[in-house]
Amino acid sequence: MRLQLNGEPIDVRVTTLADLITAEGLGDAKIATAVNGVFVPATVRAQHALSTGDTVEILAPMQGG
Amino acid sequence: MRPFYGTQLTNGFMLGTAQYPSPAILADAFTRSGASVATVSLRRESGQDRAGQDFWELIKDLGVHVLPNTAGCHSVKEAVTTAHMAREVFDTKWIKLEVIGEEDTLQPDVFGLVDAARILTEDGFQVFPYTTEDLVVADKLLHAGCEVLMPWGAPIGSGLGLNNIFGLRAMRAHFPDVPLVIDAGLGLPSQAAAAMELGFDAVLLNTAVAKAGDPAAMAEAFAIAIKAGQLAQAADPMEPRDMASPSTPVIGKAFLQ
Repeated sequence: MRLQLNGEPIDVRVTTLADLITAEGLGDAKIATAVNGVFVPATVRAQHALSTGDTVEILAPMQGG
Repeated sequence: MRPFYGTQLTNGFMLGTAQYPSPAILADAFTRSGASVATVSLRRESGQDRAGQDFWELIKDLGVHVLPNTAGCHSVKEAVTTAHMAREVFDTKWIKLEVIGEEDTLQPDVFGLVDAARILTEDGFQVFPYTTEDLVVADKLLHAGCEVLMPWGAPIGSGLGLNNIFGLRAMRAHFPDVPLVIDAGLGLPSQAAAAMELGFDAVLLNTAVAKAGDPAAMAEAFAIAIKAGQLAQAADPMEPRDMASPSTPVIGKAFLQ
């Protein structure tokens, strides 16, 4: 299915948010996620099914002031 | 120094982590600053470069309190969602709440700020609101559950110092028990000293250090100024007066004409 991941279109063969994170090589990373603008806690990523057209954001620590 | 949500900091220096020439210079600046708090952010991560993971290792090694921000958020919804994501990533209830309302000055949208502060404090966050020196807004933020206020000195990144020293002095006088932080606009250590002399509990700055020719030296200069200003405030400064007053005793002066 086609998703928007961090603002870019992406074609993936995954069913859940946890699968997507693993497929992106971030399974062990310190990240936070949101789908369609709604925060998805780490504890429910494995149960969160993705659908075509979903907008996914994966964020990590970054420099800030 | 007043505690911040029950946390007693070792000093009043909160230092940002953005815009340094290199991670090594960032680490040097923090070492020489002795800053007790580092502000951080959240940005998109990719599996290719994993930049955020490297940055997080660097921050952990600094051994300071971490204050995540909602920088760049222009709506209540965006700021609240970002705060939730930050709480999970950084494992802290602290959030520097920014809801930007004006693009040229990066002035806070104080209406959205109060709304977001209320939502977040009800959800257990300990909110550090980036606000103006407006006393009405300050009062509403406190009623929304904030126990800290962070008025701007001047627009973010401007280096102009304390633009409205009268308003900041009034804020200190109106809220004697509230921890107050000057957030944004400082360019020179003397401005940080002035903020502490006004009785502020801390200053938060970034660009003035990161964009200095020698960031580590500038960080140390700010640390000394903050300490000097704090010491001076505690020492109860004299009242200024309009006319001269001789400091040398007049009595006993020789008649030599």
